Amino acid sequence: MATTVHEPPEIRSGPTLSDDGGPRNLTPTTGNLPAVEDSSPASRTGIWVALAAITMTFAAFTSAMVVRQGSSTDWQHFTLPRVLYLDTLILLASSGALEVARRRVAAYARGLASGRSGGLVWLWITLGLGLLFIAGQYTAWLQLKAQGWYLATNPSSSFFYLFTAMHGLHVFGGLVGLTLVIWRFSRPVSTLRLSTLSTVSYYWHFMDVLWIYLLLLLWARI
Amino acid sequence: MHDMSGQAVHHHAPPTGFVRKYIFSLDHKVIGEQYYTLALVAVYIGLVLSWIMRIHLAWPNYAIPGVRFLSKTGAPGGILTPEYYLQLMTMHGTIMVFFVLTTAPFAGFGNYFLPIQVGAEDMPFPRINMSSFWVTFVAFIVAVSAFFVPQGPPLSGWTAYAPLSALGQIAGPGQGTGQVLWAVSIAIFCVGQLLGSLNFISTTLDMRCQGMSLMRLPLSVWAWFITACIGLTAFAVLMPACILLILDHVAGTSFFIPSGLVVNDQLQTHSGGSTLLWQHLFWFFGHPEVYVAIVPAMGVVSHVLITNMRRPLLSARVVIYSMVSIAFLSYMVYGHHMFVSGMNPFSSIVFSFPTLAITIPATIIVLIWIGSLYGAKLRINTASLFALGFVSMFVSGGISGFFLAQPSLDIMLHATYFVVGHFHLVMAVAALFGIFAGTYFWFSKVTGRMMNETLGKIHFWFTFVGAYCIFMPFHYLGMAGNVRRYQAFVDDFMAPLMPVHKFITIAALITGAAQIVFLYNLIHSRFWGKPAPQNPWEGTSLEWSIPSPPPFDNFGGKIPVVYHDPYQYGVEGAAHDYVMQDSPEEINSAHDEK
Repeated sequence: MATTVHEPPEIRSGPTLSDDGGPRNLTPTTGNLPAVEDSSPASRTGIWVALAAITMTFAAFTSAMVVRQGSSTDWQHFTLPRVLYLDTLILLASSGALEVARRRVAAYARGLASGRSGGLVWLWITLGLGLLFIAGQYTAWLQLKAQGWYLATNPSSSFFYLFTAMHGLHVFGGLVGLTLVIWRFSRPVSTLRLSTLSTVSYYWHFMDVLWIYLLLLLWARI
Repeated sequence: MHDMSGQAVHHHAPPTGFVRKYIFSLDHKVIGEQYYTLALVAVYIGLVLSWIMRIHLAWPNYAIPGVRFLSKTGAPGGILTPEYYLQLMTMHGTIMVFFVLTTAPFAGFGNYFLPIQVGAEDMPFPRINMSSFWVTFVAFIVAVSAFFVPQGPPLSGWTAYAPLSALGQIAGPGQGTGQVLWAVSIAIFCVGQLLGSLNFISTTLDMRCQGMSLMRLPLSVWAWFITACIGLTAFAVLMPACILLILDHVAGTSFFIPSGLVVNDQLQTHSGGSTLLWQHLFWFFGHPEVYVAIVPAMGVVSHVLITNMRRPLLSARVVIYSMVSIAFLSYMVYGHHMFVSGMNPFSSIVFSFPTLAITIPATIIVLIWIGSLYGAKLRINTASLFALGFVSMFVSGGISGFFLAQPSLDIMLHATYFVVGHFHLVMAVAALFGIFAGTYFWFSKVTGRMMNETLGKIHFWFTFVGAYCIFMPFHYLGMAGNVRRYQAFVDDFMAPLMPVHKFITIAALITGAAQIVFLYNLIHSRFWGKPAPQNPWEGTSLEWSIPSPPPFDNFGGKIPVVYHDPYQYGVEGAAHDYVMQDSPEEINSAHDEK
């Protein structure tokens, strides 16, 4: 009955809070990467939750587009700038580069690779390709502008600019994340957690998937 | 579950600088207090706005002292113009719904108590958490700044229906800059809510201490978690809607403005937009928003009632499942806000059915509360009174929902005070009662001092009776055909209803004055209240196992281990009549969740 006392449950061994820095201390003070590589399930949950919210946002824009197109007769079609297809390849290539970078950084963290330069180079390549993608999107805008398609010209062009701008904004957010990863990884003692790199990777690959969806949507509707 | 060792010791010195400690704090408790304080400021602004509106409705020619300072053109000589009445109404709704009903019960209490109740030392993303508050704060400043632009705030109501909201200055005072500020504010607010929801979900799923299974989470945590899931999807839709609205204003697009629209004898250049598109996007958010306000209050009230009646609910599991059902159904009912928008009658039936169905889980929760209270020796204190008041308001406001859920009746009642009475009782007042219950219950934990119970009970009775005196007659007015969103009723067939309006206004003034008693109690007790013991209400959940106020890292460096569900009251043979969640005491109870 009420007077007996449970044996304390078995305490699982594993990294303690002070090892992985805990929630408040986002970078491990010891720089002990192997101890923290799988430390944060919360970051995995967090990124999936964030991606769900982004998906919902673009779903709302999509439904707005379908309703707007279906409820009026003023919708005009135009041909998508061809640079978008090249840009798609650039974005896909950047995802590949990031995947290579992730493996190299993980190998370094686990002590399987001695230098950081291998990971760093591929991170820089990812960043460069991401910037190139943004530049490509800007080129597409300039081409449309030259043809007289502005934001308010027609609902079709409104949605084109809206979707590409919103996606571009999210890609820009990914570039900020990548910059953070590079900065942390290239400090004299690396303070990069692999969970941070994984989170940024999830986000970056999602930008690919989102862009391909948007390209198909725009190609079919505009 | 997060692999946290019960033996883990955390060595982080708390911040010492003023800015890091109180302003840009990463501590979930400080962020929770910031949210609560923001809601407190907002609720009194909203209250004063409602006073001004009510006085104007009852005595349209009375010059309200001080109002002329709000706007020279909107209230010349202290008497509101019809447009300015609508502008104040818009700001009342916007401030109350977004910055009070969403901010206090969810972000305020949730930030403070969710990590403690799950046994975590903080949220997993403290910087994002801090950003969520400051983003919300910026949204509030942007919203309130609409008072200070030349034409004042928008007049299109908190629902900002298009095309009125999308046309710009030509649609009326405040529809230019004021409406853009409104849309920008709400878009920013959505970002803050998304960041907050992200933390709430991750904390609940990944930061629970050892032994804290999902079924051992307090009902308040379940409510915050479910609300975070609703908010995540709902605010992610409102934000795009606001972006489209802003573009219609500033970029000349035509998302919401139809072709051939003539306003003030001027043909509008926009073409082909869909006015209903705004309503669809808005209400896809708007209906779940009702549950963003009410579900946290359900959780808090359950928590408070159980603690004070010293026995568990008939079934906490059924309450959880019912809250999940409500969240799920909340996305399928939004069309009931649009019965009079000209939608296909078949669509109305499709939306009517789940609207009626959603009352089933809500009724189940209420019956469980009442069934559990039956025969219990409820400890009467201000917190439990407000919890009972919540049940009463929720039932009273909910019953009128049965009428409005049916398209044939809604067409008659939609644009009347009946709807205003309905949503004020079921959403606004009920959620406020939840906030009050939470405040009186947890104040001692947050501040280390007790609130004055006598003042609290005075506050309760004035608020309880006052709220009924204000909002019950609204239903009567609505059935008598009193339209809403009119600024005066003196010169038409509604003149015989004026005595009711005067009664409501007097009740509103008295009820509002009772809120000053609350504010006095809150501030006075904060500094001079009786020191609080660690566990004044003899609660069992983890927040009562730590000092008041809690230390910087909540548990003094030792993450707790949980052995029981949070509602072990009336336990036979226990040292007290309750067993704490983190007590290793073995109990012989059939309802101890694993």
